[in-house]
Amino acid sequence: MKRSTTTLLNVAAVALVGLFTAWAQASLDGYSVQILNLIAVNIILALSLNLIYGFTGLFSLGHAGFMAIGAYVCSILIMTAEQKEMLFILGDPAPWVLAAHAPFVVAVLAGGLVAALFGALIGLPLLKLGDDYLGIATLGFAEIVRVAATNMSSVTNGALGFKGIPAYANLWWNVAWCLVTLYVIVKLLGSNTGNVLKAIRDNEVAAKAMGVDVLRMKLLSFTVGSFFAGVGGALLASLLTTIDPKMFLFTLTFNVLMIVVTGGLGSLTGSVLAGVGITVLLEWLRVVENPVSFAGIEIAGIPGMRMVVFSLALIVIILFRREGLMGMREITWEGMARALRGKGVAK
Amino acid sequence: MNVEQFIQHALNSLTLGSLYALIAIGYTMVYGILRLINFAHSEIFMLGAYFVFWGVTLFALPWPVAIVLSIAVTALTGVLVDRIAYRPLRDAPRISALISAIGVSFFLQNVAIVFFQAIPRAVYRPEWMEDPLIWGNVRVLPITLFVPVLSVALMLALLWVVYRTKTGLGMRAISKDIETSYLMGVPVNRVIAVTFGIGSALAAASGIMWALRYPQLQPVMGAIPGFKAFIAAVFGGIGSIQGAVVGGVVLGFIEIMTVAFFPDLAGYRDAFAFVLLIGVLLIKPTGLFGDKAEEKV
Repeated sequence: MKRSTTTLLNVAAVALVGLFTAWAQASLDGYSVQILNLIAVNIILALSLNLIYGFTGLFSLGHAGFMAIGAYVCSILIMTAEQKEMLFILGDPAPWVLAAHAPFVVAVLAGGLVAALFGALIGLPLLKLGDDYLGIATLGFAEIVRVAATNMSSVTNGALGFKGIPAYANLWWNVAWCLVTLYVIVKLLGSNTGNVLKAIRDNEVAAKAMGVDVLRMKLLSFTVGSFFAGVGGALLASLLTTIDPKMFLFTLTFNVLMIVVTGGLGSLTGSVLAGVGITVLLEWLRVVENPVSFAGIEIAGIPGMRMVVFSLALIVIILFRREGLMGMREITWEGMARALRGKGVAK
Repeated sequence: MNVEQFIQHALNSLTLGSLYALIAIGYTMVYGILRLINFAHSEIFMLGAYFVFWGVTLFALPWPVAIVLSIAVTALTGVLVDRIAYRPLRDAPRISALISAIGVSFFLQNVAIVFFQAIPRAVYRPEWMEDPLIWGNVRVLPITLFVPVLSVALMLALLWVVYRTKTGLGMRAISKDIETSYLMGVPVNRVIAVTFGIGSALAAASGIMWALRYPQLQPVMGAIPGFKAFIAAVFGGIGSIQGAVVGGVVLGFIEIMTVAFFPDLAGYRDAFAFVLLIGVLLIKPTGLFGDKAEEKV
């Protein structure tokens, strides 16, 4: 397929997404729009984790930590000084926290950049570790971030967290950031760097023998992934308008990991599809926790049931479809065209 | 700080440390054999505690019976988890089993939320446990002394199993090379099942003692001790039972002593273990007693 055709198709797809967003914003109810918002944010998070884990083979369980950093940085920047003075009841906010203020775009970027900075800082020593050790060390990092957020009252308002964060993150912002994430990661993976990352994933020793600066490449992937995790956290904070340390438990990382694995480790299309599917499924499963009346009998809602069904679904998926929805395959324009023309005529 | 206070803290550290050690053994055995971080282990710990108090309060069982039954049922749960969620994935990429483990962990936790409810419950203790033993200014609950003693006994029993029985030989063989063990006629699946049973029984024992020591039950109670015990296992060199014990005790001491000497840092106590872990991994990437990592070519 010609390059110009692909570009044209890409532009058309983006325009289509734009039209859909405009339509959704105008005619869907608030609840549906909120689900679309969550889908967009979850896709950003899943893509960033897939870059780290699915494409570079770095087993990272620290996503919630980077999200927390992004969320706190962004919230501090977009709340007004008066808001912060009202909010901090555990102790006065630090002067720089009170003074910090920036428009939403800058705040989200800053959230991502600070998360990336932390990613680079902890990545430098930790990325030398073997896979399981890396996983547990990054999990440790995320827990340290959470404990710090609980205790640094003058910056984070401690366990109470922030309420009334300005709700700037509408569907336009989220979809736009989602497209940016997709674009950057697709470009990165399509480049030579992408090939090197995949080579490290497939066989690190061989990659090293070929002269790849393994640590530098891992660090690059980890930092870019942390950046988008921070962006996702920032958007989430403004979307939900309230954050506290408990939100960033390991469960959050797990939800993202689950999307990535269900979609297929090493498949961006898979992450997008699973991001849509799992977000919808999680919302839809709220039904089992609400009271239902069936044939005149009232069945009380069972709290916790949603996660029971959800984790069971995960176990079943992993037992019966290990490679996830897409495996390592992608849906591409090329592939679609081939499918349209009929399999035999390929090439 | 005077001597008496120090003794008090030391005893508390030892108790906490041996509880960590008992959980850590379960992690280290499973990891040593299957190279799997059994995330569900902290939920096994939680179940052990719940079962015993169910037995005592709901079925009015005497304590010793409830404890033995709880340990047996929990061990069985551990074996069942392996059978359903891990065994089918033995030849799959390691990540699959890990995801499955995380899934099981969340499943058990949420089943506990559904059945036992999310609110923390106070634990009722046998009366003799409520009277502290007093020497001068040192006051300790009997459980504080009881835990390290029982833990040492359990660990010795375990070491006997691993180094003196045929099953133990099987475990050591599998941990070296699972494929060859199959070929040599080691009943691999049975040995692994026994490993899960023993690890889970120790976790249950630890969970019961934990609940008696810090008298509260809740479905997420396993998460933090579980993480810390895993860190203890990594710290000691994962795969090594002695390492897990040393790691657990060291972690207990660091946690209690840091809070005792620097009360200002008390809020950060749950982070100490992780800071320590990252520090140790940077210096010794496979832990204190760990094997040298080999690069596969």
